[in-house]
Amino acid sequence: MGNHTRFDFEHNVTGALADDQLRKNLRKAMDILVDKRRTVFPDSEYLEQLRSAGNAIKRRALKQLPRLLEQLEVNCTKNGIQVHWAEDTAEANRIVLDIMRRHEAPAIVKGKSMVSEEMHLNRFLDEQGLEAVETDLGEFIIQLNHETPSHIIVPAIHKNKDEVAAIFHDKIPDTPYTEDVEELTAIARRVLRKRFAAAKVGLSGVNFAIAETGTLLLVENEGNGRMCTTVPEVHVAVMGLEKVIEKLSDVPPLLRLLTGSATGQVITTYVNMISSPRKSGEKDGPKEVHLVILDNGRSRMLADPEFRQTLLCIRCGTCLNHCPVYVRIGGHAYGHVYPGPIGKILTPQMEGLERAGVLATASSLCGACGEVCPVRIPIPDLIRRLRNESYDQDGSAVVEGGGYKKNLAETLVWKGWELANRSPLLNGIGTRLAGKLGKRIPRVGPLKKWTRVRTSPKVARCSLHERARNEGVNNE
Amino acid sequence: MSNHTARERILARLHASGTEQTEVPDAPLPPPLSLDRDAKIERLAELMAAIRTEVHIVDTDAWLDKLKELAREKGWKRLLYGPEVPIGSAIETAWASDTEGLPELVAYTGPVETFKEDLFQMDAGITSVRAGVAETGVVVLWPTPHEPRLMSLVPTVHVAVLDADTIYNSLAEMIAVERWADGMPTNALLISGPSKTADIEFTLVFGVHGPKELVLLIRK
Repeated sequence: MGNHTRFDFEHNVTGALADDQLRKNLRKAMDILVDKRRTVFPDSEYLEQLRSAGNAIKRRALKQLPRLLEQLEVNCTKNGIQVHWAEDTAEANRIVLDIMRRHEAPAIVKGKSMVSEEMHLNRFLDEQGLEAVETDLGEFIIQLNHETPSHIIVPAIHKNKDEVAAIFHDKIPDTPYTEDVEELTAIARRVLRKRFAAAKVGLSGVNFAIAETGTLLLVENEGNGRMCTTVPEVHVAVMGLEKVIEKLSDVPPLLRLLTGSATGQVITTYVNMISSPRKSGEKDGPKEVHLVILDNGRSRMLADPEFRQTLLCIRCGTCLNHCPVYVRIGGHAYGHVYPGPIGKILTPQMEGLERAGVLATASSLCGACGEVCPVRIPIPDLIRRLRNESYDQDGSAVVEGGGYKKNLAETLVWKGWELANRSPLLNGIGTRLAGKLGKRIPRVGPLKKWTRVRTSPKVARCSLHERARNEGVNNE
Repeated sequence: MSNHTARERILARLHASGTEQTEVPDAPLPPPLSLDRDAKIERLAELMAAIRTEVHIVDTDAWLDKLKELAREKGWKRLLYGPEVPIGSAIETAWASDTEGLPELVAYTGPVETFKEDLFQMDAGITSVRAGVAETGVVVLWPTPHEPRLMSLVPTVHVAVLDADTIYNSLAEMIAVERWADGMPTNALLISGPSKTADIEFTLVFGVHGPKELVLLIRK
């Protein structure tokens, strides 16, 4: 997924919509998440104020981004954390590989990290003959089944317990078939505890990197993140460069927004703040900590004042939960690492419009994502902007592949439309003609496609202007 | 190791992005929480209990009796502790006179490399905590060489001992009052309950990787 071949979005959507089990699993799960978020933020005035504060904190971080990254590097280095920079995912993968090779580690235990998904790290390590072990329960399930996450917070949410039971029974040796979720969880605990104890290198993502103190903050409920960052001798953290924030006092409001929006929790079970490797005299914790700062298109996004807002994202996933499209098709249909509304604006900017611009079409522009976003990213506006850039009628596109949809027929139609609406004479003739045509809108080309899933519009016999002239205006 | 060309190219692009010239209006935070001592205890206990923390509010001089009672009731065989902190020496003293039905005390004294296999077999681990936070219902740990990081993670049960006087209103208050910005420890942790997951059909299951139980003794 997310590789360099064109993917067939329409085909994926058709398949997903026809999958009753998937739709049932998703509907149930998303309703729960939406409900939990509503319960955890009962006071809308408080929430709106918190969202504004979250937006301001992240915007302030983006304003100072280069300085904060340098400060983060200085402070991490001072604390003993080794900082690496990666232009793209290939470079980031190479850095992880080098660390594993240096420590002769045949395997790496992984806490949940979307950036590592973005890197396709598991596949890369597999090609190098090394093993990546996903340890988050959801990630563990889908890795056993050779799948990718379908949701950025609850990666295996498209699976029900019967499916998980079958996967465990088939893929884990000597595992009896059980649909009991407690037992399934206990099986994962038994398998993975051995992996934690044996691993030389552990990997994690980063929720917030605090420049002021050189601290990496991770949230989680399971404890696998703490295992991966504490038990092995070496901890490698990977982060997108937009994860840096200015200071510790920025943490509480962002944390509240993140956990409340993501899973409807006041706080997660664990908030893990890491500021250095094991110091002399300390008895556990990794002896080496590495931080990999990944760009992969982010610095390009920063250069446009509007698209820059994509980088405010704290990856809570609540836009997925509230999206009428996501809830019907699930994450896999999007064919890329980041699904749902955030994926619709993030992926085309990372991969270019030609490869991924079609994602921006998968929106009814209902506005739900923008309304719930904890840091107030105007996702619908950015979707519209990407759609416009796909045609690039005025030659101002900044995203790679801008204008890939531009074609002569459509350009002419819009030119004609513009002309007709500027000239009262042409407009009059046009509306009269349309009135005569009535229902007979030709079902050809794009019009046919458009009306395939929509009711074809009926053109009134005469225009509103005409009616007003003939019948007068009834002000009552 | 650090790829300097990548670093410089990335930073150059960030500097050239124009982001530094933007104006960001300030947005005030919602009003902070301000509770009295009892209300803080009550809120913390209520929030943590709601996510399956077993909370016991005890008189300061009765906490060891409560610990013994729990240890017997739950049938722990081995209890991991740090002998060099106040609660550790208190436990040693309490165990000296009375061991009937109580778990064997295991001190975390060596580096984890010499101790890993044992550690993963431990029934319970007890640690002191630095403070509590009422607003979100968490205990805050700054693990030390005397009470290392894995004590609150690997044993099947984590027992945390919190003094009621150290409960802050909010994390923001704690960060400011304790001047965290002046220097962070190797690891700081907020813990609100036992390890849990809802990754299969949102069925809540406790004890997926970390402790299956969190017992909180609040000394009042």
